Amino acid sequence: MSNAMKTLTNGILKENPTFALVLGMCPTLATTTSAVNGMSMGLATLFVLVCSNVVISMLKNLIPDKVRIPAFIVVIATFVTMVQLVMQAYLPAIYDVLGLFIPLIVVNCIVLGRAEAFAAKNTVGLSALDGLGMGLGFTLSLTVLGVIREFLGAGTVFGLQIYSSQFAALIFVLAPGAFICLAYLMAIVNKLQKK
Amino acid sequence: MVYFLIFISAIFVNNIVLSQFLGICPFLGVSKKIDTALGMGAAVTFVLTLATVVTYLLQKLLVLWGIEFLQTILFILVIAALVQMIEIMLKKVSPALYQALGVFLPLITTNCCILGVALIVADQSKLLAKLPLGAEYGLLSGTVYAFATAVGFALALILFAGIREQLALNKVPEAMKGTPIALLTAGLLAMAFMGFSGVV
Repeated sequence: MSNAMKTLTNGILKENPTFALVLGMCPTLATTTSAVNGMSMGLATLFVLVCSNVVISMLKNLIPDKVRIPAFIVVIATFVTMVQLVMQAYLPAIYDVLGLFIPLIVVNCIVLGRAEAFAAKNTVGLSALDGLGMGLGFTLSLTVLGVIREFLGAGTVFGLQIYSSQFAALIFVLAPGAFICLAYLMAIVNKLQKK
Repeated sequence: MVYFLIFISAIFVNNIVLSQFLGICPFLGVSKKIDTALGMGAAVTFVLTLATVVTYLLQKLLVLWGIEFLQTILFILVIAALVQMIEIMLKKVSPALYQALGVFLPLITTNCCILGVALIVADQSKLLAKLPLGAEYGLLSGTVYAFATAVGFALALILFAGIREQLALNKVPEAMKGTPIALLTAGLLAMAFMGFSGVV
């Protein structure tokens, strides 16, 4: 049980994909223009991570070692296509915003990284927990970044007006704001971890 | 004229790294030295242009057969195979170039700007970069766009590497060391590139 707990929390705190492993930077920066967008992207990635981890850990003894990377990519791409089609059908508004970044989950280093580093060596149950933990960690950091950028850039949090948008600095919603926000967040996390 | 405008817009106005956030991983990963940045930039230019042409033609087949839903899976496999093939061919044809690009080639498969640009061109997606003068992505304009995007990637990478080489000599606060300061620098660079917006 404690082992399972450790696997689950590992991805959320100790090996947070964004702040500790620094993986999957493209969606982190591109889709966090608002809290909702960041969270949706995180949840889409979470789904792919859990499913691909489960399937890959089930197939790990069947896949020959030499072709494992292409095989993993096909499994991941299958789930990404599923997410893409489902989102297109039921959440067209969010799909339009996230657009290109949904199919690009295929090349998100976190997903392939966990498949290679964890799912290919562990049991189905543990792999599912690892995927869940990593996915939650990713969702959490994307949501936090989204909240901060939305608050500073548009004066809203999850679409709720906190202060008048005429005092907001639009730059935080634009490209440079993404880099700068993430830089300071990371520095703060580093500082807290050192203590 | 249209092609020239596509070129300028893809390099400066809609720079793939600094305003579209594609290919951030290699941008942060291989930008510590100008030499490696040059190698990576060249490799990406080569692969991106070729991959876009191949996937553009492949998309025509997918539409013909009515199996567009296989797009993501097929594209990533084609790109992976293409990278492998280029690696094997380069080894035979031009060992010198292979030596220079060697390490970077396998990394390119997971560079999201390759799949991203391939998808933009194949889907005629106007989400990220609207082509100037209302041009459509055809074979030629798509190829020009892909090549220009890759040049934009290389430009951003080399500029960033130049700044980071200088940065390595300076004293940086403990908590900002490594990725945070690199991201902050990228932010300033992105701000500089924002100055180009509205040019085309």
